[in-house]
Amino acid sequence: MSAQHFENPEVTFQPDHSGGTKKIWKIFWVLSALTIIELALGYFLYAKNGQLGDAVVLSTKIVIGILTLAKAYYIVSVFMHLGDEVRNLIMTIIVPLVLFVWFIIAFLADGSSWKNLRNTRGKSRTYQTEEVSKEAVESHK
Amino acid sequence: MGSTAIPTGTKWWSGGKSPFNVSYGKVMMWYFLMSDAFTFGAFLISYGTIRFSVNNWADPNQVFNSFPFAGHANLPLAFVSLMTFILIFSSVTMVLAVHEGHQMNKKGVEKFMILTIIGGAAFLGCQAWEWTHLLTGEHVAMLNDGTLSVLPTTVKMNPWGEALSQTEMVNALQKTSHEQLVTIANTLHHGAENAHHAVTSLTNQELINQIASSEIHATHTGPIAFGGYFFGITGFHGFHVLSGVVINIIMYIKTKLGHFEQRGHYEMIEKAGLYWHFVDLVWVFVFLCFYLV
Repeated sequence: MSAQHFENPEVTFQPDHSGGTKKIWKIFWVLSALTIIELALGYFLYAKNGQLGDAVVLSTKIVIGILTLAKAYYIVSVFMHLGDEVRNLIMTIIVPLVLFVWFIIAFLADGSSWKNLRNTRGKSRTYQTEEVSKEAVESHK
Repeated sequence: MGSTAIPTGTKWWSGGKSPFNVSYGKVMMWYFLMSDAFTFGAFLISYGTIRFSVNNWADPNQVFNSFPFAGHANLPLAFVSLMTFILIFSSVTMVLAVHEGHQMNKKGVEKFMILTIIGGAAFLGCQAWEWTHLLTGEHVAMLNDGTLSVLPTTVKMNPWGEALSQTEMVNALQKTSHEQLVTIANTLHHGAENAHHAVTSLTNQELINQIASSEIHATHTGPIAFGGYFFGITGFHGFHVLSGVVINIIMYIKTKLGHFEQRGHYEMIEKAGLYWHFVDLVWVFVFLCFYLV
């Protein structure tokens, strides 16, 4: 096994690739463990369906969401090697994605606002597409 | 050429070098992936908005509870976990291929590229099964005219609403035509050969009794948007997996032909790897939004 021997004018400082595969396998187990915890929480919600308070359900879902973000972090940082890149590159990718924080807050709030309007203002904004008509079923066949 | 540690206080923007310390191709791959992340993000946020705006959404544990060859066993989350592990594992083999590329080990790159391609194909096979299962599924639901019908899950219909109450079920059965009752009774026997004949000769009341006494799970229809979002987003992701598999096959062939060895580096494997990990990354969020919560 010879070391990598190419020279690229855009790469001023060659990254160190001498490390083994230990870290890769470690991250594989971390990702698997996080997935198993997520599934366990998912089964918990399923098994206790209807018996839990809204706050418990919501906080369990938030925990699952945080575990998902942790998985995303490990995939991007280790598998995609973004963690080994220089800070300039990391920032140019991550900073624009911060916009998602606002997108998620704004749009989900908008969605639940529609729901409240439908449920409270004399159902003036009924969600019409909830019902399947006979014609739709016939035309499918 | 060995590695060089980056000296502290390096002036990245003073010219003469790339401020990102990576090749043009890799920077552009990162920007493409970032824009793709916004596309997927927009889809998922749109899905979330609609889901938040209705009172009842389809319960994933009800919709995705089957497993190939397991018949009608109720196994929520099982199949999608298998798909998730397939994709995580193919991500590991991909990063191992990149690692072998750094060591200029042609045989190692070939081996791990093959494993990655197999993982991608296995995932696509799972998705094909899941789509077929939903599109050809037979689920008894009440239509807007108050009669019962047998519905699949498509972009135009969603049978996964709330369960019908006892009274609603009785009323709906009375309204439903003889032809529909026969169809529903047939789903009880899951298409057994001689059952169909036996069912057609029954009277309306006999059919109603048979259906009412069975453990049939009849529901209201759910928000139609469910099918569009599910098939749209998993389809868009599946198309990414498909193109990833095609790219990986091309990379495997180019490795086999020795193109990268001649070039002196396996950077193309790294770039294909970035795309492949991104596909895994998106699945992590699709898994969260459609199956877990």
